[in-house]
Amino acid sequence: MRLLCVITVAFILAFPARAQEWRGQLSAEYRSFSHAGLDSDQHRGTASLAAQPEFRTQWQDGRQLLTFTGFYRWDQHDRQRTHGDVRELLWLYAGRGFELRAGVGKIFWGVAETQNLVDVVNQVDLVEDPDRDEKLGQPMLGATLLTQSGNWEFYLLPYFRERTLPGEEGRLRTFPRVDTGQDALYESPRGERHVDAAARWTRTLGAWDLGLSYFRGTNREPRLLPGLDTVGQPVLVPYYGQLRQLGLETQATLDRWLLKLEAVRRSERDVSSRAAAAGFEYTLPGAFGGVSDLGLLAEYVYDSRGAAAFTPYQDDVMLGIRWSANDAQGTQLLATIILDRRTSERAYNLEASRRIRGNLSASLEARAFHASEPDELLYSVRRDDYAQLKLTYYF
Amino acid sequence: MTFPPWEGAACRRNIQDKRVNDRPTSAVPGAGAQCALAIALLAATALAPFSSPVRAAQADAARGLEIAREMKARDRGFGDSSATMKMRLIDASGGENLRELRVKTLEGKGDGDKLLAIFEAPADVRGTVFLSHTHADRADDQWLYLPALKRVKRIAPANKSSPFMGSEFSYEDLASAEVQKYTYAYRGDESHTGEARFLLERVPVDAESGYSRQLVWVDKERYVPLKIEYYDRRGEKLKTLTPQDYRQYLGRYWRAHEARMENHQSGKHTILLLNDIRFRQGLSEQDFVPASMARAR
Repeated sequence: MRLLCVITVAFILAFPARAQEWRGQLSAEYRSFSHAGLDSDQHRGTASLAAQPEFRTQWQDGRQLLTFTGFYRWDQHDRQRTHGDVRELLWLYAGRGFELRAGVGKIFWGVAETQNLVDVVNQVDLVEDPDRDEKLGQPMLGATLLTQSGNWEFYLLPYFRERTLPGEEGRLRTFPRVDTGQDALYESPRGERHVDAAARWTRTLGAWDLGLSYFRGTNREPRLLPGLDTVGQPVLVPYYGQLRQLGLETQATLDRWLLKLEAVRRSERDVSSRAAAAGFEYTLPGAFGGVSDLGLLAEYVYDSRGAAAFTPYQDDVMLGIRWSANDAQGTQLLATIILDRRTSERAYNLEASRRIRGNLSASLEARAFHASEPDELLYSVRRDDYAQLKLTYYF
Repeated sequence: MTFPPWEGAACRRNIQDKRVNDRPTSAVPGAGAQCALAIALLAATALAPFSSPVRAAQADAARGLEIAREMKARDRGFGDSSATMKMRLIDASGGENLRELRVKTLEGKGDGDKLLAIFEAPADVRGTVFLSHTHADRADDQWLYLPALKRVKRIAPANKSSPFMGSEFSYEDLASAEVQKYTYAYRGDESHTGEARFLLERVPVDAESGYSRQLVWVDKERYVPLKIEYYDRRGEKLKTLTPQDYRQYLGRYWRAHEARMENHQSGKHTILLLNDIRFRQGLSEQDFVPASMARAR
């Protein structure tokens, strides 16, 4: 990554200034936890600062494009959350009916709200946000063909990024902790240099959007194996197996209804499993007699691995509302609750944001977790309910 | 969450046809007329056999539709256009917020126009892209590209009556308005400060529209809208649009460079400014597909 940064800077400096555009954002946040942590090393609150510079240049009438997005976060307590990343350093060529990409980039697949099962190209930057929306940059070579039969995307992914996981002093982590000082374990003897491949076909048929995808390579989701640290204490060590995954995604857009489905079939060395997320979003325009929009969301999430899955969503129902005030400040709110149908696990989630002035926005995030049995995945974060206030300045 | 900014055009476009891709301004003006016409027409048709008022209504509807069609016809052939758009959002106490967008339009061949809007300001939505495929006979297809997630999201067309970027323009006001999206009635001729105008009444066909009807004053010479009044679902006057500063392009197409939308119920208004309008930039269908939203500039 360090080498990448140097290359990036050199590359950017080589471009004529007239075609360049520098933008970015700076943010400051404070997270406050409702309870002391389970481990005495953990803290009740943590402050954090982050910077995200963005550079963009294009030439040949926009047919060639170079984009760079850097990222760095400093966290008061969690040394794993203090981290940097090249989110994007991508060259793109748009020809007639095709596009080529090379560099570090981000690809989003999927339609669901709760989680995007088919979205397996980029690794999750989990220390950023426990809801898995933030991703690490992925080195890639890609080609997209835009044809009458739909869009065909092909990717070669020559380098693997480990998932970021909270450190010893961080909250929202496992017990015992993941030993981030040890090298991760891989099924492939090539380790992080295993070359992965992915392909996807998408097509729109009237109100229906369809997507089929295939991935073969290092699983982005680690299994956490028990181990010992240097002083003999029990820890967990991430293990990345080889995965073949077939994915289906579809959305029907019918006036006020969005119907969504994502389903995957996974094959790992000794096991195959299935998972799906299906649901809807119903929009009520002009809710409460004004100009705001209210969305009602419901989704069911299933994973055949059950308790063996690294995700808390094995047999869960999500209910939620999304409210857009449609005011000059762009005020928005999303509130969801996720209920496990078999266990006592529940997760509550609230996200709200509002523009304060032209370049300054505020967002509030609150999450709460409930679990009563030690074998439940949310049990280790049962004391990690938190509220977070973030200010972001855009330049 | 859709936003076809310059499309104020939607309205205008039906009426005036050209507004389709170009800018909102021109679009705005004309649209109303069409609807009214269509309505009148329908009414007329139903009643015609029985009475002369019926026949008169029929005639009004036919005339209204004719005007709407002429507006559209006069805008045909512009091909594609691009422009920058600013919106000044002014609240009842005078507080102001600014929006900036780049808007590209592709004239539809056998269907509605396609619109691409790239958000520049406010800074927190910079890089967001809105794509709309207008259809004459069914709900429009709309997508939103969210740059932080690199995600293209197809969005529900039902929120057409919602404000666009918090302004007094709704998505519907900015969408390219096809002739078939309204029924029309011709309501007579007027003269205002020396300009001869048609008055058209148009009624949206779509039940999801935020309006019960619109009144459109159409310039008799240029066939562009000079004023549109919007009536809410309860029949109360909601907004008035006043497009101004029409300039002609390619010796033929009129585009308003300024349009003021006043909300009579909230006391807020939005001033939409179009600049740097360019026609026939060589835009193609490929520039207006969801897959290319991520690289739109």
